[in-house]
Amino acid sequence: MTRPPAPVSALPVWEELVTAALLGTERRTPPGCAPGPDAPTRLLDAAALETVRRRASLRPARSAKRPAPAPADHRPPLPTAAARRLALLLADRSGVAGGGRRGTAPDLMELLPQWLAAANGHGYAAPAESLPALLDAARGRTDLRPAALTFAGPRALWLARLNPDWRFALRAAPGGDGALPRPEEAERVRRLWDEGLFAERVALLASLRARRPADARELLAGTWSAERAEDRLMFLDSLRTGLGPDDEPFLEQALADRSRNVRATAAELLSALPGSALAARMAARALTCVSVDRSRVPATIVVEAPHECDAGMERDGVVPKPPAGRGERSWWFGQLVEATPLATWTGRLGARTPQEIVALPVADDWQSELHAAWCRAAVRQRDSAWARALLGSPTVPEAGGPGAVSLAERAKLLGVLAAGERAEWVAGFIATHGLSEAFQLLGVCAVPWAAPLGRAVVDALDIARDAGNYPWSFSGVMGLAERCLDPSEAGRFDGLSAMADEPEDASPGAGGYWAEAFQRMVTTLRLRATMAEELAPAPAPR
Amino acid sequence: MAGPSFGDMTQQGERWAADQVLALAPDAASRKAGSKLGTAGPWSEAGCSDEGTVWGLCKGSGSKPYQTVVDLAGAEGPAYKCSCPSRKFPCKHALGLLLLWTGGDGAVPRAEPPEFADQWLATRRGRAERKKQEASSGSGSASADPEAARRRAERRAERISAGATELEQRLADLLRGGLAGAEASGHELWEETAARMVDAQAPGLAARARELGSIPSSGPGWPVRLLEECALLHLLDQGWLRREQLPDALAATVRSRTGLPASPEGPAVRDQWLVLAQYDTADARLTTRRIWLYGAGSDRTALLLSYGAAGRAPELALPVGLALETEVSPYPGAGQFRSALGERFSPPATTETRPPGVDTARAAARYGEALRDDPWLDSVPVTLDRVIPVQDGDGWQLADADGDTALPLSAVARNRPGLWRLVALSGGAPVTVFGECGHRGFTPLTAWPAEPGAAVPLC
Repeated sequence: MTRPPAPVSALPVWEELVTAALLGTERRTPPGCAPGPDAPTRLLDAAALETVRRRASLRPARSAKRPAPAPADHRPPLPTAAARRLALLLADRSGVAGGGRRGTAPDLMELLPQWLAAANGHGYAAPAESLPALLDAARGRTDLRPAALTFAGPRALWLARLNPDWRFALRAAPGGDGALPRPEEAERVRRLWDEGLFAERVALLASLRARRPADARELLAGTWSAERAEDRLMFLDSLRTGLGPDDEPFLEQALADRSRNVRATAAELLSALPGSALAARMAARALTCVSVDRSRVPATIVVEAPHECDAGMERDGVVPKPPAGRGERSWWFGQLVEATPLATWTGRLGARTPQEIVALPVADDWQSELHAAWCRAAVRQRDSAWARALLGSPTVPEAGGPGAVSLAERAKLLGVLAAGERAEWVAGFIATHGLSEAFQLLGVCAVPWAAPLGRAVVDALDIARDAGNYPWSFSGVMGLAERCLDPSEAGRFDGLSAMADEPEDASPGAGGYWAEAFQRMVTTLRLRATMAEELAPAPAPR
Repeated sequence: MAGPSFGDMTQQGERWAADQVLALAPDAASRKAGSKLGTAGPWSEAGCSDEGTVWGLCKGSGSKPYQTVVDLAGAEGPAYKCSCPSRKFPCKHALGLLLLWTGGDGAVPRAEPPEFADQWLATRRGRAERKKQEASSGSGSASADPEAARRRAERRAERISAGATELEQRLADLLRGGLAGAEASGHELWEETAARMVDAQAPGLAARARELGSIPSSGPGWPVRLLEECALLHLLDQGWLRREQLPDALAATVRSRTGLPASPEGPAVRDQWLVLAQYDTADARLTTRRIWLYGAGSDRTALLLSYGAAGRAPELALPVGLALETEVSPYPGAGQFRSALGERFSPPATTETRPPGVDTARAAARYGEALRDDPWLDSVPVTLDRVIPVQDGDGWQLADADGDTALPLSAVARNRPGLWRLVALSGGAPVTVFGECGHRGFTPLTAWPAEPGAAVPLC
């Protein structure tokens, strides 16, 4: 606040009082007082009067420059119950429990991601007063950022410009207020592409590519030779979205790029196009390395790895130098097979189905190298028939699982299958092998889990309890199940969450802990069901 | 069921919002623990009655579930009873139960209270009834011997006068030697003086003396602030020493500022009181809770004070943004807002009512006028209408949407997370803001959006 200007005639009484008080009345006689023993009291009298006078005459100050108003958010508001739930979920944010015992109550913070996804699915606007807490939550957890910022909407970006703590939101959403030009605004697209910052241009290219793949490629091709190498790499990477045969000429040209990384990425993209010339060249090379020896019984695959990495192979993206500890011939071989269209093999290896090919024995310990390369090819080419063949049957008893494929590769192969098939495969795997290796596989299954998968997980947990294990040996799967089981499965746990009699060989106290863990499961599932109901739009007003 | 006296009230209690429940929590840990229990899982046999009682059984780690009851209708604010051993008040079970109850009929249906709830309610209301009768019969135990009480009061007044005289001497010594020296000697001297004022049974003087000790380390401009506070303390000393010559109302203000206990005297005002704000301040010994109320019919603003020992939340809690019909009795003294909550006639319910607002010039003037009655006032409660939060260098202002003046936010307000809720709520557009306006600036406590919408607590 400001003080009104003092009347011109008046002495600056207050300033003189302050000076006298600072120096002391022994050294400075205050205005309007006689020096002497009473001077301090007279000074205090005058100061009291002035203090109250000054306070009583306070007036508002001139206002600073007003901010531009936040852009309007036209999304419908959250239903009241959902807004309350959001406040609760965000209130739980403050402390993460760490390694402590989890008890029977749900982890609210763990439910925030799916709450946000559901709210975004309905297209609701965030309540304005929740924006600071949302931004703080997104600041602490990068995995939350995309969903939290989408939900928080344009006003959050307006807000983030005012608080340095929330700068990340502006970086995460280039173009500031999400005002990327639409594909049909050719003029704005062109201008942003020519003048924008790197992050803005990446975002522009990605959004254009998602809607009009050809336009995006042409935009990029127009300035390609003028871009810096590391920028070219990022831009090229955005062509992964909507990759198609039309992209081949441009990618083929990029194979001659000055930058090795750009060349490698172009080659990788081309090899994902089975009809491309590069794929055909790679197939021709791979075929010289792999043949079926029909003289053996049963017929056996024989591998003769390449003896050199010639200039042509290098140009097609083969990396000549192997990582430490790998032989260079097998390294080159793997790269050839991985870039070869899988359909090549069904023809070459005697009109066999993928299953039959995978079942063929491989001579001289080349099996793991060959199968691993096929796995990479199946993932890259998104070939579900081959993925299915390489995964094999989930119920095969051997511990390593079918196809001698590692868990990580299996998870990737599963990603190629349709959601229903994926869930069924994992369900079969759990039924046979239990939960100890299931975590990574469960992570690639669609949420909520399909009924057979949910059943398999619940049964396996029940078995683990009966076997006398402690529940925290399964805490990863438990946590995942709390978040991913279909809430309608809650009823399955009714019997389980009661205290069961402990089997004789059980670990002491395990029964109680299991009951607690299952209770938390039920509570979380019920809560998720409630959350979903709260987010359902209110019936249209009559 | 023995009929508690609710007059003609039959309307059912409004369910609270979750953040109103969370505001009851004594600390952050309880808030977190409580929100985890706010789901159906651990609860059984939960229910609530139309009279504002909520109960339930909460499964804990033991075999026997905890019995939890909350009475939301009591005159003193919500009361809690739980068979758990926690010393937090309310405990996490009570908070969890209330959160569950906010969710609606699905989780906590209306029902007849079970025996454990009924028993507790009966004793509780019986006690309240007795208290009321004692109060109305006019004679407390204190007045058993009026002559002795008068002598006690006289002795206390003498002690305070001696304390005030000593304080005057200290102030004179300080001014004689100069404030510049206070920076060095400051803190301990005033701590000791404050202790002497506590001995003199003048807690108001003690608090001001302690405050003087902290000013020299409070940053640039401290000599001005120190002189101001010395002068106002001198004014209070002089007011006490000459209280016989002051008008009655001002003398009452001086007595209350000095720290003498008082009891509500004014006629009780029955009204629809809107809960404007609730916030706590704590030091090592005491948590002080302030609740601002606005009476829609009487156009009055009242302040309820309640206290909790260190680490415990004060008992009285009212949900911000709701209104309740109740009696409120003012404490004596000119320019005082402090009041006591009397009988309640309805539980808090949602309301469209908002306090009428003024512009920034009127708000500043209101503080100036209030100093006439109480020159020691640091701030007055004010509602600003149509203001926009505006960044001003490192600080913030609330600027009139329809003018070119603004009130700066106080340093306290600048550092609260509530500032960002206010800015977010506004989005650069006018909002209505209730807060405290004084010589340190404006401290926003609650805001309402321009369009219809619920109150947003900022503190």
